[in-house]
Amino acid sequence: MIQISKRGAVSRKRNIAIRLAAIVLAIIVCAIITMATTGTDPFAVFSAFINGSFGSERKLWIFLQDTAILLIISLAVTPAFKMHCWNLGAEGQVLAGAMAAAACMVLLGDTVSNGALIACMVIASVVTGAVWAGIPALFKAKFNTNETLFTLMMNYVATQIVAYFCVKWENPVGSCTIGVINAQNEAGWLPQLGNKYLLVIMVAIIMTVLIYFYLNYTKHGYEIAVVGESERTARYIGIKVPRVIIRTMLFSGAICGVAGLLLVGGIHHTVSTSLVGGQGFTAVMVSWLAAFNPIVMILTSALLIFMGSGANQLASSCGLNQSFGDILTGVLIFFIIGSEFFVQYKISFRKKSKEAVKNV
Amino acid sequence: MKKLTAIVLALAMVFALCACGGNNDNKDDKGGETAKIKAGLICLHDENSGYDANFINAFKAACEATGVDYEIKTNIEENQAAYDAAAELADNKCNVIFSDSYGHQPYILQAAKEFPNVQFTSCTGDTALNDNVSNFHNAFAKIFQGRYVAGVAAGLKLNEMIANKEITAEQAVIGYVGAMPYAEVKSGYTSFLLGAQSVCPSATMKVVFTGSWYDETREMESAQSLIKQGCVLISQHADSMGAPNACETAKVPNVSYNGSTQEACPNTYIISSRIDWTPYFTYAIKAVQNGENYDTDWCGDLSTGSVALTELNEKVAAKGTADKLTEVENGIKDGSIKVFATDTWTVGGKALETYENEFFKGHECIKDGVFAESTDRSAPYFDIDIDGIEILQ
Repeated sequence: MIQISKRGAVSRKRNIAIRLAAIVLAIIVCAIITMATTGTDPFAVFSAFINGSFGSERKLWIFLQDTAILLIISLAVTPAFKMHCWNLGAEGQVLAGAMAAAACMVLLGDTVSNGALIACMVIASVVTGAVWAGIPALFKAKFNTNETLFTLMMNYVATQIVAYFCVKWENPVGSCTIGVINAQNEAGWLPQLGNKYLLVIMVAIIMTVLIYFYLNYTKHGYEIAVVGESERTARYIGIKVPRVIIRTMLFSGAICGVAGLLLVGGIHHTVSTSLVGGQGFTAVMVSWLAAFNPIVMILTSALLIFMGSGANQLASSCGLNQSFGDILTGVLIFFIIGSEFFVQYKISFRKKSKEAVKNV
Repeated sequence: MKKLTAIVLALAMVFALCACGGNNDNKDDKGGETAKIKAGLICLHDENSGYDANFINAFKAACEATGVDYEIKTNIEENQAAYDAAAELADNKCNVIFSDSYGHQPYILQAAKEFPNVQFTSCTGDTALNDNVSNFHNAFAKIFQGRYVAGVAAGLKLNEMIANKEITAEQAVIGYVGAMPYAEVKSGYTSFLLGAQSVCPSATMKVVFTGSWYDETREMESAQSLIKQGCVLISQHADSMGAPNACETAKVPNVSYNGSTQEACPNTYIISSRIDWTPYFTYAIKAVQNGENYDTDWCGDLSTGSVALTELNEKVAAKGTADKLTEVENGIKDGSIKVFATDTWTVGGKALETYENEFFKGHECIKDGVFAESTDRSAPYFDIDIDGIEILQ
């Protein structure tokens, strides 16, 4: 008989070992699926995974850049999560920030100097992102509405607004997309540091350090932790809980706004409904897997990006549909989340003696 | 601890395997003389869409004919994803990259600027002539020629119906399900009607726009409403099976687009016209193989094999259609038939002598009594509403 029991404190080594095993198993399962469906040899499968992120210098930079964006969004949702406020609206908050930046580029592209335009974009993105998170926070604090549903629905509102402007500002006419904004004069394109990827990466590094300090060494961070542990305790020791909720959500939204700004101003120079591509939700996983530790999030976001680009590369190099990449990503995520179970619980077989279990 | 060691070992093995497989290429080199070239294709949808399948089949055929490796990216939306796909193909050592949808164009241009050593073509695009980026190209085909020939088949069918007293000459109304009110669609249905009128002068047309390139339900409903309003023959410029299926159910003859629909509609399908991209892909890939540049804006036609008609359904088509179509095709090829000759159509009762296009400014479209469609730019620019065509709201 199989017995499932909760583990006590798990050693760091064991924790890491379980997770690594999950990743290795996930890659092996992906390889088996690919081999079974296409007859590709396993070497091609593994090399595709490596190639997806490290195949060329550009791919390496893209890998770092994508990791940086995912990391920023993950950092954004973390304070709210730590407070046990389930902000599932990062997708919409990033999109709202991105739309605000794009709107500045479209409307002010020819009229103001580049410096002023970029300043406008920064303010617009940060404020819009904060407002997008602030609305559900206000309702939660004042009327105790369900923030999970509310933030989730705000995502759809943001998507529809972007869809509207994509048609309104379509370029060229007939394409139903907004095209590359200001492709001629590059107005509102964020300046490059060395190469076009480095700015985003630097912002992510700075953000990580700041959020780490904010959560661990400031009064705000402490308040967040207390509210997260127990709202009653927080009230008892004189923390104004509604204020903390609104403040933290505004902060979350503002950082999402920055991610939106970087996506539009720094990377894509366009906006579309699929600009964020689900990263607002992937960020939840990144944050959770890292146990809300900003430093560990660097690893978890890098891991998810690595797996995702590997799966896509594999699908494409085997001549398969992009959907196959999605299937593989699904397998990978299943294993990564599944490993949580083995970190929390252990499985033992009753017939064996305790001694035997220990030595396995 | 044992477990940990085992895991580390397993991990090491996996990565060792990767290292061994690092230089693995899963396609065979052919001969070796021009084996280094690789081509890439970016598609809006996948093989399940007739439009994309037409590109994918042509692309594979061209790659096999020229012996190059290829990689295809499907379901790439018309946004930053198109740039990412193009850059990724360039990273994967593609030397020439094509995209199949109009909306991909600005993102392909962006990639072209970043990868100057890779050739890019935005098929059906229209800005390359003005962009001055030497490795960025456009391509299209004079599909209006194919539409005209298909229109002749439709006109002959109408004549047969008139001769059989099924309809009067005035009732020879063609219904047309169009996607968007753009030049590409207008050029298509106008040439189709002109083809029909060349053999059945009393033919007229009613057009409905669905507002989408692929909307099966609306295309079906539009066809049904056209039939209700007295249209006795239907054609369409939209990607789904909506209109052909509606015709098969209502037993109304249908001239299809982008591929034969005979299998699904054996009792109503007459013929269809399509763009065959194989000649273009072959031409561009060969140029890259030889280290040459190719046309910035390329336009194929009937004589290059880029415009093709699918098989004629003798069961539905009027007698003698096949011979007549061959005659018309030859006429277009040798120049004796000009599709948009201004003496065959009128606007407000008068023939046009001069026309300047709104989005193709400073450009006289009518030359020597013909609207010179797709001559100065491959993408269509005929956007005139001629007499005899009623656009329904």
